[in-house]
Order: sequence, then structure tokens, then C-alpha cells
Amino acid sequence: MSTDNNIDKELCLVVKQAAAEGTPLRLHGGDTKSFYGRASDGQPLDLRGHSGIVNYEPSELVITARAGTLLVDLESSLAEQGQMLGFEPPHLGAGATLGGTIACGLSGPRRPYAGAARDFVLGVRIINGRGELLRFGGQVMKNVAGYDISRLSVGALGTLGAIVEVSLKVLPVPVREATMRFAMPADQAIRQMNEWAGQPIPISGTCHHDGVLYVRVSGSAAGVDAAIARLDGEMVDEGAALWHGIREHSHAFFADDQPQWRISVPQAAAPLSLDGDWLIEWGGAQRWLKTEAPADVIREQTEAAGGHATLFRGGDRTQEVFHPLRPLLFNLHRNLKDAFDPQRIFNPGRLYRYL
Amino acid sequence: MAQTAEPTPAAGDREALGRALRSLLPDDAVLDHPEELRPYECDGLSAYRKLPLVVVLPETVEQVQEVMRYCAGQRIPVVARGAGTGLSGGALPLENGVLMSLAKFNRILDIDLLNRAARVQPGVRNLAISEAVSASGFYYAPDPSSQIACSIGGNVAENAGGLHCLKYGLTVHNILKLQVVTVEGDLVTIGSDGLDAPGYDLLALMTGSEGMLGIIVEITVRLLPKPMSAKLIMASFDDVEKAGDAVGNIIATGIIPGGLEMMDNLATRATEDFVHAGYDTNAAAILFCELDGTPEEVDADLVRVNEVLEQSGCTDIRIAKDEQQRQLFWSGRKAAFPAAGRLSPDYYCIDGTIPRKKIGYVLTRIAEMGREYGLRIANVFHAGDGNLHPLILYDGNKPGEFERTEELGGKILELSVEVGGTITGEHGVGVEKINQMCVQFESTELTQFHALKHAFDPHSLLNPGKAVPTLSRCAEFGAMHVHKGELKFPHLERF
Repeated sequence: MSTDNNIDKELCLVVKQAAAEGTPLRLHGGDTKSFYGRASDGQPLDLRGHSGIVNYEPSELVITARAGTLLVDLESSLAEQGQMLGFEPPHLGAGATLGGTIACGLSGPRRPYAGAARDFVLGVRIINGRGELLRFGGQVMKNVAGYDISRLSVGALGTLGAIVEVSLKVLPVPVREATMRFAMPADQAIRQMNEWAGQPIPISGTCHHDGVLYVRVSGSAAGVDAAIARLDGEMVDEGAALWHGIREHSHAFFADDQPQWRISVPQAAAPLSLDGDWLIEWGGAQRWLKTEAPADVIREQTEAAGGHATLFRGGDRTQEVFHPLRPLLFNLHRNLKDAFDPQRIFNPGRLYRYL
Repeated sequence: MAQTAEPTPAAGDREALGRALRSLLPDDAVLDHPEELRPYECDGLSAYRKLPLVVVLPETVEQVQEVMRYCAGQRIPVVARGAGTGLSGGALPLENGVLMSLAKFNRILDIDLLNRAARVQPGVRNLAISEAVSASGFYYAPDPSSQIACSIGGNVAENAGGLHCLKYGLTVHNILKLQVVTVEGDLVTIGSDGLDAPGYDLLALMTGSEGMLGIIVEITVRLLPKPMSAKLIMASFDDVEKAGDAVGNIIATGIIPGGLEMMDNLATRATEDFVHAGYDTNAAAILFCELDGTPEEVDADLVRVNEVLEQSGCTDIRIAKDEQQRQLFWSGRKAAFPAAGRLSPDYYCIDGTIPRKKIGYVLTRIAEMGREYGLRIANVFHAGDGNLHPLILYDGNKPGEFERTEELGGKILELSVEVGGTITGEHGVGVEKINQMCVQFESTELTQFHALKHAFDPHSLLNPGKAVPTLSRCAEFGAMHVHKGELKFPHLERF
């Protein structure tokens, strides 16, 4: 279990000193996602010591916990009350923490149907690059007081501040889930997933791989039964294991040394003509590609399809791994970095080389 | 930090600026006669009024860019305005600035049903989007009560909510991409046609930024399939606290209603007189609970919610018998603000949001405060989200009554913060709640907000003075507190 331990004062002191000395810090939790982003050096700052659930009242649908809280502990506390994290976060390892999960901003199979990590974040406490502990957002469902720094922190890979506490909206666990399979090629699957998503069917996960489309439906018993009858696919017995494998990248597709790209395109975009193995998720919005193709070719094609490409795993991590930003947009990023972390001590270069 | 003093414009400034802007825009897109400016002197918060120096009504993105380039070069502040329905004075003009109306950006540019997205201009009305896709079985989910009139650009600027956001989210959850003109007049794309974009989540940051970071000139919104079935339950309670508790009890069942709203007795009587929906005007509070989904789900949930309402001590339950009656029941809730307008010459709407479990306590405290100040308060609110909208009824013609109302409003917001909530759930800070920002945030946090604004707008030209107070203003507000609302420096301009 994550112990209840508040060390925010100590963390602020470490950050203040690092800022004064200009020492870069490498923020980390369980290091389960340290492969993600660019290679970045710095004095390690372990946030696992700042842990524990601060507040959880199931009828409020809100949980607040410190960054170092283990994701498994958080999820088991929710499960005891019949609730869950709606974005189905990938752990990608045993020691995943809440802080790392939010800083990386990754979401699981439910993302297109329930929302992303950022959609469930209601508030954060962060330590900025001056070593100040700041609170933004809160524990209520709606809050438009001040700029939305809570959601800005999601996926920023710690480059704007050290996330030390997060409040999340949570959801009831669906009463029932079922998975069906349909044999069809990728182009047809992409069209089919989007046609279904345009109908009031309680779809909660989609994946196409190796000529098979998998669809998960979730909801009340009556709602799931109706959806099964309507979609009329072949039932998959080990549905839960399948989605777990896709979420955790333990699915056989990901067991490979080739560079793995995450291609984010409009959901209904036609299949890209890049060579390699594909696994398509999120109704077509998230496509995994294993390929040795050069980065510029991948990026050019992805951009032409209205999307962006991330070198998710492997390959050369000294180059940009996230899709390069246009100059105007990059300037805004650099200005924001300076606004939060003027000494540029937090995870320098992890997101973009000059950030 | 950059601060904008607001000197009274010298005679001739208006004329000169009007001339300069006419060289960039068609003649009829620049208004500079005081009588033409009058309609723009306030937004939905009409207690605050100011005449802008000049109003511009560009109709192309290039024109917006031209105006911004000129104004940035001359260091002239610019306030963007959508439909002007905002309730926090976010579009209140500046006497030394340009007011940019985006009303001419009123076209739906593209509808992509397979991707379930629509690309629209900022002046398009919220409801017009749903109407355009309704026949195909889709809608745009956020539905603020003003949806007939309010524009989508303003919705993004304020992160508007509505009656259905517990289940379907706020504006921030329902948009994909923005085209934004920066203070220097550059055009940037934020977000993407996919589900995410590289780099920082600027889409979230722009949403609810109250026109302080850029001018939104195009929005791509998500469309949702209309639920197959929707049923509305209306439950009466003889006690406001019981109704408040029923809200938590419903959520505890694991059902997320499509809408969960509440009105107190004063609001119920006012709206009943207005729309004749057949509300229970004897109830201390009525709760609206809408269930949507597949017909099978809705029927199952209906049984469960009925049980919970009965266990929570409701005195009466009615279920809308058909779609027409469902719309009728909702119409009163949506018309609560104009209905309150019939109870009293003026009303003042508050937007605090609190943890649901505090609803009963806060309503009781609000009633006490109303008695203390001698002002009537009608309560309508998004109970599922804990978003309160107390309407303080007052008469602006009675000397001192508006000031008392404002002070009471401030106290209610401070109570919202005290119980763990926020001063604004969906209306924005604008000029209205700027003092209460000093209560909700520490000076280090306000300083971080200013630094963030500086990253986008180094000379503080976009809607300056709104949303985030200066530290000196907070110091002054602290002094005000001590003196019970009597201003320490009465000659200083107050918003």
C-alpha cells in the first residue's frame, strides 16, 4: 500500500535549491514510463515519497491523491467502491504512480468514448520552477476560475512543474462488459468503428489488428445485451485479457525491438500507406506502427492525414520524438516554459530539445 | 507584470482610431459614433457599462489579423465579444480600447459526420450547431441556458457548461481544434482533428481563458449521437436539505444522469408563472433528473432512481409522459433567469460551485445571509455538478441596493471557497468576481497566472484587467474587507 506521507515542503526546498544552482532535475516516480519522451539527464527527484489518498468520497465522484501514490493502490480503493478511472490509464509497469500517469497523459482503450486523462483532471498541486507550491482547479466538477493550469500540466512530462497532487473525476464501474470480434480489413474496420460510434451504442473500446476488429461494449446489463444483439459479432471469451494486453502493451504486437510509433490522426482517416505492422485503436484515432521507415517520411504522411506522429518506443531518442511544432506554436511553448520554469530545471529536453 | 492603466481617452482619440481602422476594414465594419457604440457598452452583466473607443466588426480572419497587428503596434487594448450574453462582464469594453465583435463570423464551415465533428465560426449560435446536425441524429452536447443566443466562440472563451455536463462534459471536453489569432496578429492552430495534439495542451488552456490569450476565429466541435431515449423525472421535496441529499444518493447508485437540476420554492413559483409547466409550487425544492441511453437502460435506471428518490423522502414524483412534456418541464428550468426578472426589477446571478455534499448546508447559509441583507434569493442550480446559481433579487433604483447585492454575492462566493469549492463554475470571472479571485488564490498563484498571460500577451493588450486581479488590487480588497465594503480609496475606479 502507498503510505500516507506528505513531503511537499521538502520537495519545494529541493526545487528552490536546484533553481538557485541551475541544477537540472529528472522528475520520476516508478520509472515505468522513463522510456517515453526524449533522453533527458538531471539529478533524480523521486516523488514516490509524497504519497497517499488525501480525500475520497464516492458520492462526490472525486478522488484526490498525492503524486507518489501507486496507481494500483488508487485503482483498488476505487474498485472497493465500485468506481474506476474513466480514462483507463496504462500502467506500463508495476510501480506506476499517479503523478507519472498524469505527467505522461496517456490514456487507455476507453479514451475516445469516455475521455482522456486530461478530461478527468479537476485540479492539481504543482511545484513550479521557483519552488513554489501552487494549487489550481479543485475538487469540484466545474471550475473556470483562472487559467486551466491543471489540464495544461497533463502530458507536459513534468516540464512545467512537478505535479505533487491530483484531483480526478471518477466513474462508476460498468455493470457489464462484453467483447465481440469481426473479421474485416483495416479500411473497412475504420469505417465501421466510426459508423457505430455515430450511433447511440455503448462502445467502450475498439481495436483492429491482423484482419480482426474487436469491439467492447460496457454499461448496464440491459444496455449491453441490446448492444450485443445490435452489433451481432462473434463473442470473445477472454475480452478482459485482450483489452488489458492492448492497454499495457503486453499484447504480442508490442513485443518487438523495432521502433514503435504512435500515429494520431482523425478517427475516420483512411489507412496510411506506410510500410510496417499496424495495430489500430480508438476508433482509428490512435494507430501503432512498427517500422524502420525514416522519421521524416512517417511525419510527412501523418501530417498529410491531419495528424501527428510520436516515436513512442525505441529508435533514436536524442532526436525529436514528438512531432515537431511549427515556429509560432513552438514560441508559445517556450514562453510557457519560461513562465513556469525560468531556470529550465525540470526535465530539460524531455518533451522537445529546446524546452 | 504589465498592467494597464485606463486613462480617459482624449478628445480626438476616437476619431483618429476610427480613421486608422477604416483603412484596414470596410467602412461599415468600424463604429465610432457614441450612439453606435451604445449597444456594445455591456454584456449580459448590465450593471457594468463602458463605452469602447471604437467597435470593429471584421468578417474575415485576415481582417482580424490586420486589426490585431495595428492595435499591437499602437499598444491599444482589444476586447473580443461574441453574442454578448456572458454573465461576468468578460466582454465589458475598455474606454481606451477597441471592442472586436465576432458577430459576422456566423457560418458553419463544414460538417463531417463520420468523424463526428463540425468546423464552425465563433459567432455561430450554440443551438444552431445542434439544429444543423439534428436530422442526422447528432447534437453538440454543452447546452448553456442561453443556447438560443450565445455564440460558440464565447462558449469556448468561458468554458460554458449547461444542463447536461455531469455526463457529457463542459466545452473543454467537446472541442477538438481552434484557429486563434495571437495578439501580434499571427494565426495559430491549436488542437487537431485527431483526439490529441503534440506539445502542451493549449486547447484546454485556451478554453475558459476569457479572451485574454488570443482571438478565437474558428472552432472544431465534437458531435455526439443523440441518445435513443431520454426520460425526465421531477421530484418534489418539503425540505431543501433532503433534496440536496437525494442528489448524492442518486450518484451513489452508480447511475450518471444526463441532467440533474434543482430549483427552490421561489424559483419554482417564478418559473411556473412564466411557462405554466405544472410544477409543484408547494414544494420547498424540486429536483429534475433526466436519464438517457438505450430504452432498456433508461427503463432500468428509472426504476432505480424512483426508489432512491422515495427513500430520500420526496413528497411527489412525476415522470414526463412524452417528449413534449419533457421539453415543457425543462423549459421552465431553462427560463429561470428571465422568470426571476419578473419577480424583481433586477437580479444578480451567482455561479459558485461546491462539493455536492455541501449543497444542503450552503443553501441554508445562503438563506440566512439573504435575511441578514434583507434581500430575496431564488436558487436554481446544476445540482449534479454542485454548481449553484443563486439569483439575488434587487431594485437598482433603490439607493445602495445594488452595492448591498454585490456584497452579498461576494459573501456567497467566499462561502463557496470556504466549503472547498470555487467562485465560478461556468460563467467566468470577468470583472464581476475579480475581487473573489483574491480569496480563492494565493499571491504566488495569481503571479503564475500573470506570467502565463505574459507568455501569450507580453504587453497585456487582450482583455486586460479581467479574470486575474493584480496583487495590489487584492491588497486593496483586503483593506475593503476590514472596512466592511466601504472603499478605502473611494476615488479609485472600481469595476
